[in-house]
Amino acid sequence: MDVLSNLALGFGVALTLKNLAYCFLGVFLGTLIGVLPGIGPLVTIAMLLPITFGLDPVSSLIMLAGIFYGAQYGGSTTAILVNMPGEVSSAVTAIDGYQMARQGRAGPALATAAMASFVGGILSTLIVAFFGPLVGRWALEFGAAEYFSLMLMGLVFSAVLSHGDLVKALAMVVIGLLLGIVGTDVTSGLPRFSFGIPELLDGVGFTVVAVGLFAVSEIVLNLARNEKVEVFAKDVKNLMPTWADMKAAAMPTLRGTALGSFFGALPGITASVAAFSAYMLEKKLAKDPSRFGHGAIEGVAAPEAANNAAAQTHFIPTLTLGIPASAVMALMLGALTMQGIQPGPQVMTSKPELFWGLVASMFVGNVLLLVLNLPLVGLWARLTQVPYRWLFPAILVFACVGNFSLNNSAMDVYLCAAIGVLGYVFAKLDCQPAPLILGYVLGPMLEENLRRALLMSDGSFAVFVTRPISLAFLVVTALILLAMVLPGLRRRRELAVEEAAG
Amino acid sequence: MKPGLLDNRDFLAGLLFVAFGAGGFWVALSYPFGSVQQMGPGFFPRALGAILVGFGLVTMVRGLRSGVRVEGAWGWFPLAMLTVAIVAFGYLMEHVGLIPSLVVLVVASAYAGKEFRGLEVAILAAVMCAMAAGIFIWGLGLPYPLFAFEFGR
Repeated sequence: MDVLSNLALGFGVALTLKNLAYCFLGVFLGTLIGVLPGIGPLVTIAMLLPITFGLDPVSSLIMLAGIFYGAQYGGSTTAILVNMPGEVSSAVTAIDGYQMARQGRAGPALATAAMASFVGGILSTLIVAFFGPLVGRWALEFGAAEYFSLMLMGLVFSAVLSHGDLVKALAMVVIGLLLGIVGTDVTSGLPRFSFGIPELLDGVGFTVVAVGLFAVSEIVLNLARNEKVEVFAKDVKNLMPTWADMKAAAMPTLRGTALGSFFGALPGITASVAAFSAYMLEKKLAKDPSRFGHGAIEGVAAPEAANNAAAQTHFIPTLTLGIPASAVMALMLGALTMQGIQPGPQVMTSKPELFWGLVASMFVGNVLLLVLNLPLVGLWARLTQVPYRWLFPAILVFACVGNFSLNNSAMDVYLCAAIGVLGYVFAKLDCQPAPLILGYVLGPMLEENLRRALLMSDGSFAVFVTRPISLAFLVVTALILLAMVLPGLRRRRELAVEEAAG
Repeated sequence: MKPGLLDNRDFLAGLLFVAFGAGGFWVALSYPFGSVQQMGPGFFPRALGAILVGFGLVTMVRGLRSGVRVEGAWGWFPLAMLTVAIVAFGYLMEHVGLIPSLVVLVVASAYAGKEFRGLEVAILAAVMCAMAAGIFIWGLGLPYPLFAFEFGR
């Protein structure tokens, strides 16, 4: 079997002492920081990204992936105990998890979340192992037109699925695209939007945008808000769920995994959408839907399985097509590019150890996470009590030193401050940052593929609709937009988003 | 009652979009446009700028119609304080070394918070200095001096 021999190669890479250590370090740091209230995976990765620059590409990817699903996991611990989810995808878990904690069942809620995440993670990693290569092979046939249409679809998806107004989300995508253009134009060598600042010739740095947009603005939002939250960290005693709990959580976990794996593989759809859909599905299937929102264990298991599954299958479009499925994946891609690897279908064949090493490390990492989390849950729970007034200066320290280290120059730090102000203003005006960051990452690629497609077609836009794969992407994009514009469906979406927000 | 223009969420958002779009378009005017067959460096940004202005105008009009207010008060003080802290850190890093820059960053940013406890902030600053020095300088080998005095370069 092809997959088996490849997996063997992957485990050969992932199980070396060095990579094992980085995998452990990744999930450990990820959990540690993800658990701290108000810090989600994205900020965690943006903060820790500079630390991985010195590693070789495989190790750095393994560690970053570990940070990612570790943080995702840690985020759900916080969601359950503090009801202060670090990011949207754990917000769904918070709905019923926090209620379970209030009923004194924090332990079972945490254990269920851990086990559902584990199952979701392992099963979906298998899916990555089987489908990743297929997608990669299929993608080898893609030309510039297909890539352009696919990216367009991903961008529209990300706008449609971010909550809030569609036009505003699309505008954020465009701002991201413009931001991505900053720097030297690859074709003409002309510096664009660089305003004579040498640090801008290579474009605005990834971590600069991510930290400014997410960390800085998030901190200001938190500081300007006045809320006392009740923490249930002391109640974590009986960890083990009862047999009835396990039985109740089993099927939701599997269904959540299936949904999450599917959604995660589509570019532009984030783990939060997967988690939310899984939650809704369980609510529909439940005999007594009124229990949801009042501590239903299915409401913890399904979204946790779904968001972890989606977190793994996100790697399919990211690594095989070079198209990030979410903002976090965009950061991963950025990290790879900085390592000198141009992500795309050829990575699978030219650097098999990268793809398969990562896949194998995801198995290892999920096991490590379970081992790390179940026995140590008391420790993590205590961490959720760290007051925010200690946390945010620490976040800033890492963010600022990290940004300074990009070019050893203060300019990146100044830029980060500026983008932070912008990010805060956007947040107050209810403009979602996620579409922006996706646009920012895809901007240069989108332009390049548009340029190439039009060059080859001699300026005819027909090339995008005469090639069947490209046409299919565009039709799907158009259908989604149409569905959003039709008023009946729009109302339903607003309702769904409202419920997602709890 | 409809909010004033400065309190109208979507009107402001749209205005911001229009400003960015128009600004981007205007700057891109100085780049060669090329043709559809041979896209120049000005093609894509001008197209994006125009699209953004369009989205912005739509958003402004919708804001005027719906009249949704900006939610919650603006946190100008924490925002300004954090921005000052970050900018000061960047500037100081190039002149006085890691430790003093970090101290300024931690103290100034902590001041942005609701509670400022002197002793706690001092401990926090010390811990952050030790951690940052350990991770970034000894761990990652970044070439920053802990202390320096390099003005007037």
